[in-house]
Parts: sequence; structure tokens; C-alpha cells
Amino acid sequence: MNISIIGGRVIDPASNTDATLNLHIKDETLIAMGDAPNGFSADQTIDAAGKIVCPGLVDMAAHLREPGHTAKGTLASETLAAAKGGITTLICTPDTEPCIDSPADIEFIHRMARKLCQARVLTAAAMTQGLEGKQLASMATLRNSGCVAVSNARRPLANTLVERRALEYASTFGMTVFLHPEDRHLKAGGCAHEGAVATRLGLPGIPSAAETVAVARDLALAEHTGARIHFCTLSAGTSARMISEAKKAKLAVSADVAAHQLHLTEQDIDGFDAQCHLEPPLRTLQDRDFLRRAVADGTIAAICSDHQPHEPDAKEAPFPESQPGLSGLETLLALTLRLVDEGVMPLSDALARITCGPADLLNLPYGRLAEGLPADICIFDPEAHWTLASESMLSAGKNSPFLGWEFKGKVTHTVFNGHLVYQAD
Amino acid sequence: MASQTQNIQLNDDGSLRHFLTIEGLNKNILTQILDTAESFAVLPGRPIKKVPALRGRIITNLFFENSTRTRTTFELAAKRLSADVLNFNISTSATSKGETLLDTLRNLEAMHSEMFVVRHNASGAAHFIAEHAAPGISVINAGDGRHAHPTQAMLDMFTIRKHKGDFTPLRVAIVGDILHSRVARSQILALNTLGVTEVRVVGPRTLIPTDARALGVHVYHDLEEGLRDVDVVIMLRLQKERMDGALLPSEEEYFQLYGLTNDRLACAKPDAIVMHPGPINRGVEIDSEVADGPRSVILEQVSYGIGVRMAIMSMCMQKHPSAGDES
Repeated sequence: MNISIIGGRVIDPASNTDATLNLHIKDETLIAMGDAPNGFSADQTIDAAGKIVCPGLVDMAAHLREPGHTAKGTLASETLAAAKGGITTLICTPDTEPCIDSPADIEFIHRMARKLCQARVLTAAAMTQGLEGKQLASMATLRNSGCVAVSNARRPLANTLVERRALEYASTFGMTVFLHPEDRHLKAGGCAHEGAVATRLGLPGIPSAAETVAVARDLALAEHTGARIHFCTLSAGTSARMISEAKKAKLAVSADVAAHQLHLTEQDIDGFDAQCHLEPPLRTLQDRDFLRRAVADGTIAAICSDHQPHEPDAKEAPFPESQPGLSGLETLLALTLRLVDEGVMPLSDALARITCGPADLLNLPYGRLAEGLPADICIFDPEAHWTLASESMLSAGKNSPFLGWEFKGKVTHTVFNGHLVYQAD
Repeated sequence: MASQTQNIQLNDDGSLRHFLTIEGLNKNILTQILDTAESFAVLPGRPIKKVPALRGRIITNLFFENSTRTRTTFELAAKRLSADVLNFNISTSATSKGETLLDTLRNLEAMHSEMFVVRHNASGAAHFIAEHAAPGISVINAGDGRHAHPTQAMLDMFTIRKHKGDFTPLRVAIVGDILHSRVARSQILALNTLGVTEVRVVGPRTLIPTDARALGVHVYHDLEEGLRDVDVVIMLRLQKERMDGALLPSEEEYFQLYGLTNDRLACAKPDAIVMHPGPINRGVEIDSEVADGPRSVILEQVSYGIGVRMAIMSMCMQKHPSAGDES
């Protein structure tokens, strides 16, 4: 099928493009930007006048729940939600059940995703067997099966020696290691940022040091092993400063932040709002502002959704007993665009953090518009206002602290691998 | 948001519907509770009048944490108001069979209970139940995690008012494990709302929460300094398990530094009273001489607890649709 996207403002941060251009897609491939090639005839023409045409979004962290937790979400429901959110490439976390620690697990997910054909699902496979933090997973085999990184999700490693060995082994094969920095002893059963709000509400706190202690340890081990590490979903401003310094010292280190961390703070848990029970926890306004600056200056090269859909019961409990996480695929673009409206960064940079930024961290040929590449395209109306409502969410998880928020900037079309997978009503 | 907390506790006309936390309640309501409690005239050593205020109404004690003492005073208060009382000890009941908290709540609502007195080990549990309770049902927080224990705080305020009259000139020191104490959090809010001059918290840094000043207190680490010129000393119970969590080295060192003895009490005003929410650990946070001494009002607190809980229960049930209907 041939598609032409006509008259849109094309922004491709990877190539510094910002111009009104027509895009032409033949089968799965973007074949021309500008004039249609001789003899090209479109089966479908999308009028993108007044809209922004950008690369399909790349989300570094999504819990897709299948296999094992299908009451919370399935590959079908969550890739549909991704398409609605303009996301064409997702990296799923390994904490399914069973966890993704064998080639068969990876193949199951890749095969299902190919069949569904709503978004590209890549895998971060388990770093240790069963995510138990003790024995190394068969990383080289997993890589040959197509995983793009290894990760222990938010499960702890038994000790620093296991971490050292995991980093060394992964670096043998040039694999990127995803780390969720958290010292479980300092976390000590906490469920909210240890600060004024948790103190008032009597919620067991998680100090910022639970993250920064782990970041310091991980950076020291990265320096020692020379491994390529990526910090997932930072929450503390100090972590960003430490990573910035490590980058200056030429360590192979990168980081992402979840979109909600750039908008919400500890104040939002007031009233015991279980939708704001998140891991890592929402921290202070200063942390939020520090993270915003780190995203703007590129210290943090990617904004992810940290998508964690839940069934309603998971949040229908007193705050400490509710399950952490939010359903974030359908707000990733809107929350990122909000940063532009709030003057944090220019539009092209903001789009880079959800397209080529994460793709480049893993050397993936996605998140960019170029002739000859797979046609992954997100078209959005930058002036459209909309309100997040659970009825209109496509994710199986309606758990979002942003329900009722008004956003500006709405996806109208998503093209994944040459297929029009989403079109707004 | 504070306003959220406030809205959920109050009816549209500003009267009490639930009693979950002191936060968001103004001085008038707290004073009204104390005045109403006064009218129930529960005095140490005197029989408690039985009143027909809640005749025919069903009150359920929903205790997810064991506490014979608190449950008993709530039960006694409800019975003095002529209500029928159901006691559910959930740690040995439904949720251990996999029933969710909401399912438990729905079942009890179906038994026409109009008030739940809830104790739970998770902070925010009483709020959660109040948010999900059917219209016309009141929830009283009998202690949720580290968050709040507002009826305890109000009986403490009642005790203080009995002895000191006016709150405004008072300096109050709360000594011990502030970090884990729902009692202290509620006391601090109540004291500040009632307009005392100063609330102090005293303890080692491991037992004082982060950003404690945001609670509206001055923080002291030295007991004698913290007691200087105070009118009221509130000692908190030290749980034995604090030794295991590396929060304290030993009971002995704790008593040496923070145990209340007569010598130390001499730093406070000569007419200072000594309070404790109980149960006390003699020789850990308080010396027997002080606990049994003339300035201790610890047992009075227990007696006043009944009238204060009667006041809060009757105020919360006043606006119920079936109020006054005794059929």
C-alpha cells in the first residue's frame, strides 16, 4: 500500500529538519521526502495541513504485562494504546511471568507483536536468571535472539559482585545494561518520597539517597568495568548531576526519565491519591526542576512512559497497599509537548527525547525520518485540546493520575512500518 | 490536597461526617468536640450516664490491627450512646481469606452498619474506606499506620484543657518515637489548631521524621532543653522492635537519654502535667516514680477517652438520614 502525507510541518530532530514537506511511503518504507518519485501513485493520501509530522515515538520502558499478567494488559491492548499515543517502537521490560530470560520468551513476544502489527516491540531481556539477581542470564544467546539490552527491571541484584560480573559479561558482547538505581535497604519498605508530605501523611519514606547511593555505586562499577550502562526512570535531581559529571569523565553512561516525573511532585500524593503511588516515587519540586534542566541540556537523552497498566483492583486499596505505577503510553507525547508550552525546551529538542534520543542510545535505526528507512510516523495536531478520560483510553490499564487533565497536542495518525495503525475519529 | 481532606470529613453545612484526621478541621469544630465531651461528664471514678442518642443504630468496630484497649473504649462509648456494636477483628477474618478491603466494607454495609470505627496498619486506610463508603455512612479513624489517631489526640486535648484551661499560653513537649507515631502527628495538628504557643518534639534523629519542622514543631535532641519551661509533657511508647531496625542501640541508652525521671521533669514548669497514650513501658521511656507520681494524668486520659469518643460518634451521626428515627 502506498501512502502520501501531504502538507504537514515535518520535524525530524535527527536530521534537523523543520519544513513543510510531503512524505511518500511505499509498502513498509519511506521512499521520498518532498516530491513524489516518478510513477508513484498513492493508494491513500493523508492531509496533514496544520499538523506536525514527526518520527514515530520510541518508548524505552513499557511494562506490557504479557505473558503472565494479562489482567493488567496484553500485547494486543497495549500496542493498540501505543499506536494511539503515536508510539511505534516500544522496549518492553523483562518482568513478565515467566520473565524474559530465554530465547523462547523473546521469540514469543516478537512473534505476537509482528502478528498484531500495531507497534514494534523490542525487548530488554533479563540480566539474571529468573530476575533473581543471582546467576547471570544467557546474555549472548538473548542478544542473538534479538534483545536490545539487558535489565533486572526493578528487582534487586544479590550483591555488588553480581552487578560487577553482569556488567563485565554484558560488555563482552557490547550489550547495554539497563539499571534501575535503588538501594533496597534504604528503600526500607517505603512508598513515597521521604519529605514533608510523607512525613505529614505518615507514609513510610523512600529517601532520595536510596537512588543516589545506587547511582554512585553503579557509576563506580561502570568506570571499573567499562560497561555501557543506562539508568532508567530517574527521580532525584542529584542523580542527574552525578550522571552529568560521569559523562564529562567520558563514562559510557546515559539516562532516561519518565514523563510524569517532569510534571508531578510529592505534593500530588496528598489526599492519599493511589494513582500517584509510583516507583520511583514523585519527589520535590526542586528535583522535578533539576530533571527538567537535565532533559533540556541532554544529560537525560530520553523521556519514557514507564508504562505500567493495572486492573482497577490494584489501585483500590489504601495508598501503601496499592500497586505502584501508571498507564502512560497515551500521555507520553502530550506530557512532552507540555514541556515545550512551559518553556522548558524547544519543540525539536522535546521531540528528540522521544524519538531519535532513545533510538540512538541503543543504535536503533528508528525514531527518524529518512528515505529508505521503515515508515514510522506520528502525525499530531499541535493546537488540538483534549482531556484524558478513562473511557477513551485504549490501554487495559486506566490507572493515570492525569485523568481529567487538559492537554494540547493530539495524535491524529500513526503509521507503523508503512501501515496506518491509528487514525483519530 | 488539604481541601480534599477537609471536604471528605465534613458535610456541606460544615458539620462532621467522618473523623479521619485533625488536618482540615478548624478550632471551632475541635472546641465543639471538647464541649460536647464535657456534656457527657465522664469523670474518673464516676458512673457514665447512658444516653439514648444512637439508639437502634449499628456501629462496627473494624480492627485490622489488634488493640483490645482502644477497641474497648470505642465499644464502651458506643454502648453508652445506646448503639448496637459489632466487632470485627479482620486480621483473623476475611482478608486473610483473600477478600479485598472493599468487599469487606460492602458486606458490612449490607448489614446496615452506619458507622465504621477503623484501625489499620496502612496510612490512609481510613480515608480510603471513607472515600468508598456509601452515603450516610460515617468513618472514624481509630489509628491508620503512622498517619493519624485523631480520637486519641482529642482525648489528650480534653485532658490538657481540664488541667490548663486555656490552650494559648501553653508549651507542649512530645518526647520519643515521633517517626512512627500516628498519635504524635494528630496531637501536633490539634495543639497547633487550638493555638498553643509552642509544640516541641524531642528525640534522637533516628526517631524524628524528615522535615519534621513542616509539621509545625520545634525539634530538640536534648531532653532537658526540650522540657525547659513546658506546661505539658507527652511521652510516647517506645516499641521494642525499634532496636532491631538499627534506630536505637538499646533500651538502656534510650532511658539514659530520653527517659522521663523526676529530676528531668524538674526542668519543666512546676505545674507541668505528664501524659502518655499508653501502654507505658516503665523504665524505658518513663520512670515509675513519674508515671505513678502526682503530676501524671495518664489514667485520667483513659477515662476521658470514653466521653470524647461519645462526643465524636454522636456528632458524626447527627446528620444521618435516619437520625431521630428510632423505628
